[in-house]
This record gives sequence, structure tokens and C-alpha cells, in this order.
Amino acid sequence: MPLQEILLQQLANGLILGSFYALVALGYSMVYGVIKLLNFAHGDLYMVGAFAGFGCLSLFSGWLGAGWAGIVPSILLSMVAVGLLGVVIDRIAYRPLREAPKLSVLITALAVSMVLENTVLAFTGGQFTAFSTDLGFAGIDLGLVHVTYTQMVLVGTSIVLMVVLELFVSRTRYGRAMRAIAIDPDACRLMGIDVNRTIALTFFIGSALAAASGVLAGVYYGSINFFMGFLIGLKAFTAAVIGGIGNIPGAMLGGLLLGLLEAFGTQIPGIGGQWKDVFVFAFLILFLVFRPTGILGKPEVERM
Amino acid sequence: MSEAVLRLEEVETYYGEIHALRGIGFEVREGQVVALLGANGAGKSTSLRTISGLVPARRGKVTFMGQDITRMAAHRIAQLGLVHVPEGRRIFKGMTIEENLDLGGFTVLDAEERRRRREAAYAMFPILAERRHRDSSLLSGGEQQMLAIARALMARPRLLLLDEPSMGLAPILVQEIMRTIRRLNEAGTTVLLVEQNARAALRLAHYGCVMETGRIVLAGEAAELRANEALTKAYLGA
Repeated sequence: MPLQEILLQQLANGLILGSFYALVALGYSMVYGVIKLLNFAHGDLYMVGAFAGFGCLSLFSGWLGAGWAGIVPSILLSMVAVGLLGVVIDRIAYRPLREAPKLSVLITALAVSMVLENTVLAFTGGQFTAFSTDLGFAGIDLGLVHVTYTQMVLVGTSIVLMVVLELFVSRTRYGRAMRAIAIDPDACRLMGIDVNRTIALTFFIGSALAAASGVLAGVYYGSINFFMGFLIGLKAFTAAVIGGIGNIPGAMLGGLLLGLLEAFGTQIPGIGGQWKDVFVFAFLILFLVFRPTGILGKPEVERM
Repeated sequence: MSEAVLRLEEVETYYGEIHALRGIGFEVREGQVVALLGANGAGKSTSLRTISGLVPARRGKVTFMGQDITRMAAHRIAQLGLVHVPEGRRIFKGMTIEENLDLGGFTVLDAEERRRRREAAYAMFPILAERRHRDSSLLSGGEQQMLAIARALMARPRLLLLDEPSMGLAPILVQEIMRTIRRLNEAGTTVLLVEQNARAALRLAHYGCVMETGRIVLAGEAAELRANEALTKAYLGA
């Protein structure tokens, strides 16, 4: 393939990968923004979402087929189920530790991650589960590059979810309350805001977005397993840091940028596909050293 | 005789091992301004934090509008119309003035009603209107205090708790804040005011309580407290 086509192909790959990262990074960043917790179980919610979506699709495919007619309700149901799982996790694992040192909560998050992974492992026996759909390969050709409709819908769905989230957080009552809790939870209580309920809502939304990403990734790659959330969790964390952790547009930007970096990085002579993770995490380290607030994060300025 | 909006009976509060309130009791009646006075660490802020539910009382009883609120969650107490403007203003820095006001009106579900109340706040504090879409952290100390009060008024409180509204402000601004509080009270808002600036507070208040190490050591009509030179010297250091 000529260089131009390679670049175009990698642009498409990078955007798809990036939109998966971005959806997971959003939840990471929202939860961090609101309660300053790095929820290391977040990647596993993506994995549970993929399995929940797979379960729904298996139930629906007999009657709605395994095309979009079956996939769309599966995505929505998986989002609701995993959203509720996120709320339950917050209620039983994190809420009792709200006043505890941050390290205790962080360790609890690692434990939650293990519980989720091992539960799914116990049920699936650690096999790769084929996530089969019949979406076909129809699409449009740009030169030698073929972009399927499925790929376009995946990226489109991610973008729609991100825009809806941004509007929710910037324009609505509860969105404002979320941002205010990030600044001063006690002052929020004095305004009549139910802080625990707002945090639960944050977990619901973040977890539902991770689930959507998980189902979309299952549809795209055609295979899911209990460990698939681990690496994407780390990468979504990287994306959130690159964009500016706690910042919603930053998480989207970081996710897309990371997807593109990974796609193009593998094309650099001498850096093959097996180096892509090294490439990604090298960026994390560079950002942490030179710009820990990320691209869109503002350094905190206090004025008395 | 007007009705008691707020009543505290034998209230005790601890911060860990520290016995911060050692059994305090007083009343705030409808339409009054009551001042809680005393030195640093006497328990004035703790009293307000206990009333608004930020710190739980270990013993005793807090009643608001006839309802026992001793064990109620802070946000539920705020929803009843008891609004606390905390020490240090605690405005939401990084958010605009308008967003701060909207958060004060969080319990107002109707957006149109919220807008009306915002406009009323802007009419009362024109300096806020000019800067409504600017980051609230850019306001001066006095303006931040105005915003903190305006934000609390968004909820149309039955009782307003004000913690050191004059702290860190130039004398001219202290006067302005005190005038604002008087205006609010004349418009019908009941106020419980914590102040270090005892003279200014007693000029405004109907009733005063002087605190020392977690107890109320002196209480009475503001005029009496003002007249009692020896006591003012001893307890108010003024």
C-alpha cells in the first residue's frame, strides 16, 4: 500500500481505538474529578459490559437477529446493568471509606477489580468468548482503504455519547452539582445537594459509558475475555492524564489522541505492533514528568 | 410572643476526643437577629456546624420549626430552609457567579423560578450582576462574601446562619455587610450570626449569646449586653 493509504488506514484505526479509550477515560476522569479516586476497577466494568452485552445479544439474536436491531438494545441494557453495578460498587466498597485516607480507597479499588475479573473468570473458565454478529463488511472505499459502516457507527456512537455527557455536565442541575462536589462537598450539602446520591449518579454514568465501550469493542473485535479490561483500564487512565484528569473534554481528547498515537506509532520503522503498549505508556511517563496537569488541565490557582 | 424558629437544648458536640460544645441551649425567634459572640475557639462555628448537620451532636436536641433535626443529614436540613453560610465563604471557585447562584437554588426545581430569584439577587447585589459570567474566584473578598450571602438567599431561607461574614474585610466593607444583613432581616429573614466583631454584631442583633470554651456564659438582649461595659471588656475583648 502506498504511504497515503497506510496513513488513512491508520487514521481510521486510531479513531476507532481512540473512541473506545475515550469512553472509558470519561468515567475514569469523572469519578476522579468528583471524589479524587482513581477507580482501578473501571476497566473491569468495560469488561463486564462486554459480557453483559454478549449475554443480551445471545438472548435477542434469535428474535431480533445479530445485526444492529439486536446490538442496539444489547448496548442499552448492558449500559443500565453495568451502571447499576457501578452504583452498587460505590455503595458497598467506596462510600464507607469516604472519610478514609485516599490510599485505603485506592487499595479497595484494586480489590474490586480482582473481584470482578475473578467472578467473570469463574463463570467463563477463562476462555475467549466469540462475540459474533452479522454486520458484514459493507462500507465505503477511500482509495485502497475500506471503511465499513460498522466502524463509522462505532465512532459515531462514541461521539454522540461524549457530546450528551458534556451537555449534561455543563448545563443541567445535577451536572452542576457534580462539578461543585469536586470543588467543595460540604458547601454542596449546605445547598441541599445530596452528595452521596450525586456521587452514585457519577458512578452510574461513568460505568454505563464503560459498558457501552465494552460492547462496541466486542462487536468490533469479535472476541471478549475476562482480562480485556486490564490493559484498557491502564490506557484509559493514560488518556485521562494526557487530557487533564478530572476534565471531560480532556478525557475525550486524550482518548482519541492515544488511539491515534498507538495506530501511527506502530507504523514508525523500528517500532512494530509489539511495541505499541510501550509507546503508549512512554507518553504517560512523559506527561507525568513534563505536564502532569495534562493538555487541558489547569494548574490550580488559589486566591484568598 | 413570636414563635421559636430554632431551639437548642443541652447540645454537646465532639471533634474526635475534643469536647467542643459542652451543653449549649438557646432560641432564635421568628424575625430576630441573634448574635453568637466569643473569642476564637469558643465554639461559635461548631455551634453553627452542629445546627446545619455538618458535625453530628453527640447529645442534646436541635429543633427547627418544631421538627427535631438533631440527627438529620445536612442536605435534608438545608432543604427545610435552614441555610448556613460557612466560615471562609466557601464559594465554588472555578465556577461562574451565575453557576454559584444556581447551586444555591439547587432545591428549586423550576428553572424559571430560579431565574427570577437570580435576578432578585442581582438587583440586591449589582456588583454580581456585572460579572455574572465570570469566574467567581476573580472576585474580591467582600464581593465573595456578597456572593456567599446571595447564594444562600437563592433558597429563600427561613433561617440564615452566617459565620463571620466580616472576617478579613476592610472596615468599610464590614459596614456594608452589616447593612446588608439588617436589610435582609427587615425584609423578614431570621438570622443567627456568628461574629468576632462583637460591637458591630450587637448593633445589629436583638439578642446575644456570649460563648467561652464550649459554653454559653452570658446571654441577653443586645442592648443590655452593649451597655454592660465590664462584661463586654471581659468577654468580647473590645
